[in-house]
Amino acid sequence: MHELSLAHGIVEQASEAAQRANAQRVVSVQLKVGRLAGVEPGALLFCYDLATQGTPLEGSRLEIVELPLIVWCAHCLMEVELPGVQRFRCPTCDTPCGEIRQGREMEIASLEIEP
Amino acid sequence: MSQTRIVEVRAGILKKNDELARALRSRFERAGVYVVNLVSSPGTGKTQFLERTLTDLVSSGIKAAALVGDLETDNDAKRLARSGAPARQINTHGRCHLEAEMIGEFLGDWDLASLDFLFIENVGNLVCPASYDLGEALRVALLSVTEGEDKPLKYPTMFNSADVALITKMDLAEACEFDREAAHTAIREVRPGMTILEVSSKRGTGMAAWMTLLQERRAAWVAQRGAAAPA
Repeated sequence: MHELSLAHGIVEQASEAAQRANAQRVVSVQLKVGRLAGVEPGALLFCYDLATQGTPLEGSRLEIVELPLIVWCAHCLMEVELPGVQRFRCPTCDTPCGEIRQGREMEIASLEIEP
Repeated sequence: MSQTRIVEVRAGILKKNDELARALRSRFERAGVYVVNLVSSPGTGKTQFLERTLTDLVSSGIKAAALVGDLETDNDAKRLARSGAPARQINTHGRCHLEAEMIGEFLGDWDLASLDFLFIENVGNLVCPASYDLGEALRVALLSVTEGEDKPLKYPTMFNSADVALITKMDLAEACEFDREAAHTAIREVRPGMTILEVSSKRGTGMAAWMTLLQERRAAWVAQRGAAAPA
């Protein structure tokens, strides 16, 4: 359960960004989380409310967008989306694919603010 | 009703940790110390394996040290110090993983340039430590024969983030009816091509292969740094 640490990280990064943008209020935070990032969205949402208390982000909404796992298939010579995270094989040709192109992200994409 | 607008941020949640880890990595490179991060569930035998590793390195005249993370107690640092290598305990007081900041703090003024290897034994946990870069050159995920062959499938993020998988307690394999093939398959399903070693820290089986791997990886790392450095 490291979601509370992550929530504190979000508060830190988002508060700085809000200050840079001279925001009066942060309405929502858009977060991109890859399927392989090891983040549990439910736990993170719960921790977010705790972590934002008494900060410029208090009362803001956390919106989590989950990014699918995309790997490079050296046989098909293309990026392929994997249906899960337990089997790193191309869904078309079954070749093992270890090269991750997307799926580890843990990133604040944007903020919705009141200027 | 007031107007709102969208501000692009594009900042990693763990930006602070990532920056500190990058600084640690440069520090380790300058000092020439090869850093290994050991991760596993509680009870896999990380400490016993590390004690054996340090003992074997010390007896070969190789300079090694260890940092060990636990929620409480300094029992593990005491166990590791029996090897003759210096060991320091990090108590996280409830935190489920080590972070780059703690590594920097506990290294203090340690003379890293006098070391060939530094081992970091993470808090026993197969979830959270996956996300925290500690500036290591090698991440080793341990799995014991008593845990179940499908563990890599249950914790794919951790096993995928590791460079080497190490199966411990091989001396108990038969008693546990450990299915070696199934374990190897599970590891490689979540990390195709991953190097897998099998050891018994108690009996010493497989330790020679582990020593060879450490020396080879360190030599490759040194050579790469040499190539990257300006002439």
